[in-house]
Amino acid sequence: MASSIPNEPLIPEDDSLAFSQKTKAAEFFTSLLHSWTGLLGVAIIFILLFLSIFGHWIAPYDPVKTELTAKLLPPLTDGHLLGTDHLGRDLLSRIILGARISVIIGLSTVLIAGLIGTVIGIISGFFRGWIDIVLMRLVDVQLSFPFILLVLIINAVLGAGLKNIIISLAIGGWVIFARVIRSEVLALREKDFIQAAVATGVSRFEILIKHIVPNLFTPMIILASLQISSFIIAEASVSFLGFGVQPPTPAWGNMLSEGKDFIFSAWWLITFPGLAIIITALGINLFGDWLRDTLDPKIKGK
Amino acid sequence: MAESILEIKDLKIQFQNGKHIVQPIREVSFQIKAGQTVGIVGESGSGKSVTSLAVMGLLPDRISSIPSGEILFDGKELTKLKEKEWRKIRGNEISMIFQEPMTSLNPVFTIGQQLSEPLKRHRQLSNKEQKAAIIKVLKQVGIPRPEQIIHEYPHQLSGGMRQRVMISMALLCEPKLMIADEPTTALDVTIQAQILSLLKKITSKKDRSLMLITHDLGVVAEMCDWVVVMYAGEIVESAEVNELFDRPLHPYTRGLIQSLPSNNERKSKLYAIQGQVPKPEQVKQGCIFANRCPLAMEKCFQESPPAFQEDGHLSKCWLQSSDEGVVR
Amino acid sequence: MAEDYLVKVQNLKKYYEVSKGMFKQKTIIRAVDDVSFSIKRGETYALVGESGCGKSTTGKTILGLTDATAGEIYFQGKDITKISYSDMRKLRKDFQMIFQDPYASLNPKKTVREILMEPLRIHKKFEGKEREKKIHEILEIVGLSKSHLHRYPHEFSGGQRQRIGIARAVILQPDFIIADEPVSALDVSVQSQVINLMLDLQKEFGLTYLFISHDLSVIEHMTDRVAVMYLGKIVEVAETEELFENPKHPYTQALISAVPVAHPREERKRIILKGDVPSPANPPKGCPFHTRCPFAMDICSEKAPEEVFFTDGHKATCHLYTNSKEEIKDVIRNS
Repeated sequence: MASSIPNEPLIPEDDSLAFSQKTKAAEFFTSLLHSWTGLLGVAIIFILLFLSIFGHWIAPYDPVKTELTAKLLPPLTDGHLLGTDHLGRDLLSRIILGARISVIIGLSTVLIAGLIGTVIGIISGFFRGWIDIVLMRLVDVQLSFPFILLVLIINAVLGAGLKNIIISLAIGGWVIFARVIRSEVLALREKDFIQAAVATGVSRFEILIKHIVPNLFTPMIILASLQISSFIIAEASVSFLGFGVQPPTPAWGNMLSEGKDFIFSAWWLITFPGLAIIITALGINLFGDWLRDTLDPKIKGK
Repeated sequence: MAESILEIKDLKIQFQNGKHIVQPIREVSFQIKAGQTVGIVGESGSGKSVTSLAVMGLLPDRISSIPSGEILFDGKELTKLKEKEWRKIRGNEISMIFQEPMTSLNPVFTIGQQLSEPLKRHRQLSNKEQKAAIIKVLKQVGIPRPEQIIHEYPHQLSGGMRQRVMISMALLCEPKLMIADEPTTALDVTIQAQILSLLKKITSKKDRSLMLITHDLGVVAEMCDWVVVMYAGEIVESAEVNELFDRPLHPYTRGLIQSLPSNNERKSKLYAIQGQVPKPEQVKQGCIFANRCPLAMEKCFQESPPAFQEDGHLSKCWLQSSDEGVVR
Repeated sequence: MAEDYLVKVQNLKKYYEVSKGMFKQKTIIRAVDDVSFSIKRGETYALVGESGCGKSTTGKTILGLTDATAGEIYFQGKDITKISYSDMRKLRKDFQMIFQDPYASLNPKKTVREILMEPLRIHKKFEGKEREKKIHEILEIVGLSKSHLHRYPHEFSGGQRQRIGIARAVILQPDFIIADEPVSALDVSVQSQVINLMLDLQKEFGLTYLFISHDLSVIEHMTDRVAVMYLGKIVEVAETEELFENPKHPYTQALISAVPVAHPREERKRIILKGDVPSPANPPKGCPFHTRCPFAMDICSEKAPEEVFFTDGHKATCHLYTNSKEEIKDVIRNS
C-alpha cells in the first residue's frame, strides 16, 4: 500500500520527545533522592535485609546460647551492647536474628495474601455478576472480624510455628488486596483503552491478561509495600500473645512477651525489641508512602 | 480612552520542579482599560492561565516565583503583596470565573451560603441585606426563582445554572476586574450561547472590565474589544479585535484564523499549522514559533524578535521589521 | 433499494436502569430512544447534539461495546445485535472506533508497536516481517515515524496520541469507522491536522465515517449528512449543506445559530434557548423539545410529533410541519 498521502505533518523527531527520553529507572532514582523520607525508608529496609541475610555472621554471640551466670545484664556490660535477658542470652544478637523472622514473615505473607487477594479481586471485578456478589460478601464477613482475633483463631486451630503463622496471617490479610484490586479492575474496565481493545476484537481472556493485569502492577506493589509492615506488626502481636513463633527461636514478638515479666527490673528487654518493631514498620511505611506518591499518577498529577 | 485598570509589564514567571527551572511566562506585557473586555487567546501551554493566576495572586507559592516584571492593578503593584493583602483584593476588586462550574462550587454548602461568603469577608452587611444582595445578583444573571435557589445545593443545578451562580459570585462585590478562564468550554453550544450573551450584558454595564481567557477564536470574536494572542509563554500579537481579524500580522495568528473550518471551503483540506506546541522546557533560542512557521527565515532561528508596533497593533515577528520589508 | 447502505440502524433503543437507593424506585434512563438511520457506503454521517443527547451511546451500541435494549443494527446487511461475542469479534476487523480522549484510549503500559500490532495479531493478518512493514507504513501515513515505535503513550502530545489512535483504527483497513468527538480534546492548531488526516484516509481507503460531535463548524466542514439528536431521539436529518442552509427543526435552528461568529463584524440572529436540557430519566411528554422550544404549541406537550419529509431525504420531527395550517390555527385559537 504505497501511500499517495503526503505525510506532511511529520513530527520533528528530536525536540518534541527529547524530554521524555530519560529512562524510567533514572527518573525513579532522582525522585528518591529528592525525598528524605523515602531515602530513610530505603535505608531502614536495606539494614533490615542485610541483617536478615548476614545476621549469623554479624551477631556477636549465639542468640540461643543460655548463660545463667550472665543473666539480666544491663546494656553496655561485659561486652553485651544491649545487655542480656533472663537466661543470659545476648539481646543484640537476638534482635539481629529476629530481623530474619520479621522479613520472612512480612515477605511471604504479603506474597501469599497478595496473590490470593489479587486473583479474587480480579475475578470479582472482571466477571461481576453473582460471583462478585458472593466473593465480596465473604470479604465483608471477614472484615467484620478484628484482624488479630481472626489470625489468633486460625493460628490456634493450625498450631504454633513459623509456617502456620504465615498461613494464618495470609488468610487474615487477603481481603484488603481483594477489595482494592477489585475496585481497580472495575475502574479499568470502563477505560477507553479497554473499550478500544474490545472494539479491535480482542478476546475477553486476552483483555484481562494483556490489558488489565499489567495495569494492576502499580497498585499491587504500592499496596503490598504498605501491607508488609502491618503483617510484621501482627506477627509480633501474635507472638507476644504466645502463639506464632515459639521460643527459643528469636522473634521480636516473643522477645517482648518474655521480657514483659521483667518490665520493672530490666527495661531493656522490652525497649529494644519494641524499638526494632517500630523502626521497621516506620521504615517500610515511609518507603511505601514514597512509592505511592511516585507511582500513582492520580496523586502525582498536577 | 479610559485609564487602564490592569497593566502588566515585562512579567516573567518561573516554576521550579526539583532542579529544573521552567519559565512558562516570558516578558508578557499588556493592559486592560476600564470597561474593556480583553481576550487572551492561546492553546494549552501558552501560559494564558498562568498569567491569570498571577493576576489573582494564586500561583502556587512554593514552586513558583516572579523574578521580574510588574502587575499594576488600579495603580497598585500586586507582585509583592502579602497573602493578607491579597485576600482583600481577591473576590472584592478582582474576581474569577472558573472553567469547571462543577468543581468550583463546594458540594456541601447551599448556593446561598457560598454566595454570602465573599459578602461576609468584604462587606459589613446585615443578614437581611446580604440576602437581598444575593437575590439581586442572582436575578441579574438570569436565575429563575432565586429565593428558592439559595437554599439548594450545587448538585441540584444543571451545568449552565452552576456557571450562572459562579458568575453571580464573581459579580457580587462589584469588582473592578473580572477574570473568566474558559468560562464556556465545559458547556454545551446552546448553553454557551446563553452564558456568552449574559457576559456580554454584564460587561456592557458601567466600568466592568473582563479578562477573558479562551482558546476559541469564535468566543473572542463575539466578546472582546481587544485581543492578546499568546503562544508558548509569550505574547506574539495584540490588537483591537476587528484589526486582528482583518489584518493578522503574526503567522501564528494567521494560521489560527485560517484554520477555522468556516474559513475553509467545505470538504477541502483545512489550513493547518504543522507540528506541536513546544513545552516550556523545550524553548530554544530564536523565535518560539520558528519551528512551525511556514515563513520562517534564517534569522528567526537565531534571534528572538522584538515586539514591533504600529498604531497599537503589536506583533512579535521579524516580518514586521522594516528591513525585511512588510510581507502581507 | 438502489442505494448501497453499509450500516442501517432500526428502532435502536438503549435504556439504563439506575437505582437511586434501596427503597426508591429504579429510574430508567432512555439514553437512546427509538433511533433509526442508515449510512451509505463512503459517506461521512454525522450525529450532532449536546451532551446527554445519546449520540455517543448510539456509537458505542453500534460497535457492540454496550448491548442494545431493543432494535436492529445491520452491518453489510447482517444484523449484528443478535450475534455472539466471538462472531462479533471476527467482524470487528471491518469496523473500528476513534475515541475522544487520546489520553485514556491508549493502554499506558504498551508501546506504540504493541498497540498497532494487536489488531494484526488478533485478526491474523500478515506474517512476521510483513506485519512490521505494515506498522511502519501506517505510522508514516498518520504522520509519525519509525523512531516512535518503542515509545509509550505518555511520551506523546495529545495530537500525536490521537494519530496513534487513528493508526490503530485504520491498520486493519476497515470499511467503517466511528469517530466519537475525535478532535474536541485537542488544541485548536492540532485539530485541523487531525481533521485533514481523517479526510485523507477516507479518500485513500474509501472509508465510511460515523462522525459524532457537538462541534457544528467541524461537522459542516467534513460531513455529508447530519442527524441532529435531542434527548435520545433524532429530531432532524438532512444533507449537510441543506441542513445548515435550511434547518427545519427549531432545535437545529437554535443549535446552528448558537455557533460563535468567525469574525467580530459578523452579525448573527441568535435564537437563545431558555433553560437546560431536561433529564433523560424524566423526559418531557409529547415532543421532548417543547420545554425549550420558542414555537411550542399546545399539541407539542401532548403528542409526540411524527416525521415529516421534505425534499432530498430531509426530514424533521416537529409539529410545526405535521399539521396542516388550519389545524395549527385551531390550536392557536384554542390556546
